[in-house]
Amino acid sequence: MNMTLIGTTLAALLTIAVYSFLYKDNPFYKFAEHLVVGVSAGYYLVIYYYNFIDPTVVSPVFRLRIGGDAILLGGVDWWMALIPGLLGLILYARFFPKIGWVSRWALGIYVGGYSGLGIAPVMQARVLDQIRGGALPVHALHTGQGWTNLLLVVGLLGTLTYFFFSLKHKGVLGGLARIGIVFIMVGFGASFGYTVMSRVSLLIGRMNFLLHDWLRIV
Amino acid sequence: MNRLGKFLQIDRRWIFLAILIAVLAPFIWPMGLPIVITKPVQDLYNAVDAIPPNGEPLFISIDYSPSTVPELDPMALAILRHAFSKDIRVAVLTLDPAGYGLAERALEAVAAEFGKERHKDYVFLGFQPGISAVVLGMGINIRNVFPEDAYGTPLSEVPMMEGIRNYDQIPLLITLSGTAVVEAWVIYAHQPYDAQIGAGVTAVMATDYYPFLDTGQLVGMLGGMRGAAEYETLIDRHDAGVRGMDSQSVIHILIIVLIVVGNIAYFGSRKRAPETAGGDAAA
Amino acid sequence: MRRHVPLALCFIAGVFMAIQYFIPHPSVQAWYERLLAWLQTLLAFAFLIGTVSLVRLHAHKIGHKVAGRGYSWVLFVGLGLMVGFGFKGRAPGSPFDFMFQNVQVPIEGTMFSLLAFYIASAAFRAFRARTLEATLLLLAATIVMLGRVPVGDLLHRSIPAATDWILNVPNMASKRGIMIGVGLGMMATALKIMLGIERAWMGGTD
Repeated sequence: MNMTLIGTTLAALLTIAVYSFLYKDNPFYKFAEHLVVGVSAGYYLVIYYYNFIDPTVVSPVFRLRIGGDAILLGGVDWWMALIPGLLGLILYARFFPKIGWVSRWALGIYVGGYSGLGIAPVMQARVLDQIRGGALPVHALHTGQGWTNLLLVVGLLGTLTYFFFSLKHKGVLGGLARIGIVFIMVGFGASFGYTVMSRVSLLIGRMNFLLHDWLRIV
Repeated sequence: MNRLGKFLQIDRRWIFLAILIAVLAPFIWPMGLPIVITKPVQDLYNAVDAIPPNGEPLFISIDYSPSTVPELDPMALAILRHAFSKDIRVAVLTLDPAGYGLAERALEAVAAEFGKERHKDYVFLGFQPGISAVVLGMGINIRNVFPEDAYGTPLSEVPMMEGIRNYDQIPLLITLSGTAVVEAWVIYAHQPYDAQIGAGVTAVMATDYYPFLDTGQLVGMLGGMRGAAEYETLIDRHDAGVRGMDSQSVIHILIIVLIVVGNIAYFGSRKRAPETAGGDAAA
Repeated sequence: MRRHVPLALCFIAGVFMAIQYFIPHPSVQAWYERLLAWLQTLLAFAFLIGTVSLVRLHAHKIGHKVAGRGYSWVLFVGLGLMVGFGFKGRAPGSPFDFMFQNVQVPIEGTMFSLLAFYIASAAFRAFRARTLEATLLLLAATIVMLGRVPVGDLLHRSIPAATDWILNVPNMASKRGIMIGVGLGMMATALKIMLGIERAWMGGTD
């Protein structure tokens, strides 16, 4: 049995079932839609379990093994596997109304931990480095680079001003905000052009599969 | 409603049919238009090319899901082919659970093409959840977050990972992603540990990362199918990326025509009957 | 217990993770590594909450004989098959991998490719150059769309040059401004969460 041919044909039929939605909603599309939700949920469950939960929690706690090494029941490694496992299970208390509030304990550590983790690096990467990148010399206006730098600085200040809502946009501030919206619209236009490219690429990819991999006519 | 207004109300399935014809035609009648290389792509290519053969491995993080395969899979394949053609060792990981199957497929296919040996020339580290936790953890010790490869072999028993402890021993890490995972690599790997990060992103995200390119936080970037096509051109291959560019050209022109015609019809219908203008028909 | 303990845990975890960058002491770094691993575990369990919710929703549809419950059975069959196959083995070529490559990958890819049709329809019906800002947006989009495909290089060499200029000057300036603003917003939100000012994550009314 040629499993590659069977697989490709199955994939092609499911592809056509999804494209049938373009004509109108129909049972074939709904079938494919629900199938992919179930299959992907099962896929993620298996990947998460075997790649992480089993080696990190289940194996140390129940089989007393981390990788190829044995660990002691009640030892530090055992507790360091059990505690996060219990915290993870506590998250599921949200499904039981009477004890749902217990899930907030685990959620607090999770939300607080990730929030604190980001403060310094985000400040560095998104703010300080970008301000450093935006602080350009604008005096050399006899050169093309000088004008480019001026536009970059004015555009940056205009964009920041546009999104500053603590003061009314009038006078100098209003003028700068107006310049900012011009830069923002051009930037969004570039994003829109790229978005079109992105969506079209997805369609080209599927057509390439149907014509090249399945029908083999190109 | 006048004729122009009625034209605006055309059944959208005619537009869908036009798009279908526009995408299919170049497959049947390819144009083979030349592709010009842009600086972000050339920079990334040069960064990969500079890695010494049979030394410290190039890390590729395949952080995309099936929804972005047409844009990012060609990039993964092209970078892998480039690396293996230069005998550069490769370590592949993924921070997206759906990326596991895609990464495995791409890596095994290209490794077989070049006759590369697992654990000697390449290693698949598999998937780990947590994104920022994983990226930060790799900065301390890769074995903290990836104690084994995807198939259960401890990293201490993988010959090519000997001496590779953290980002100090990684010459370049390329992330291929359709989500904000690229930012996580820049923020949590480049900033604290000075890791060299390159990116392959979907076209939707590409314009957002130009500031990172400008400041050197990204060494180079491939944007969308065009980026994949450029990289394929640099490695002298005509694969899915290059093949798709003809259809991309035709559809872009069609969409520009639709925008222009739509605006002409709209303003024309308003001029003739301003009280009963066609208005904004929902797409 | 219901509000103060979670808020305290949030504060302690947040402050610790924020200041550990500046304390290279071995015992602090050891706890940092430990907490990083714990956060991974919490995220893994949190992700699977979505699966539990999905199962509950569709089980409810089947149990209460809601119209369209047949499709819920399709969902459960897909889920059951993947979990069953996954337990047996996940190597390339296995039934698990077969389902992923030939069911999940094509359907997900095709669903997102539908957007290409809708963006074309939107281009015709909704994208109107009614204001100066909209005109600028459409003009920039047109230049970029032409400049990023090979036919733009053929039409005139100024098109790709104009595209590069748009990306490297006005786009860069505006995206940099947005990046700085978002970065400041992210830090403010993180601080509000750690300090208990922002409590939406707790949910509920008690």
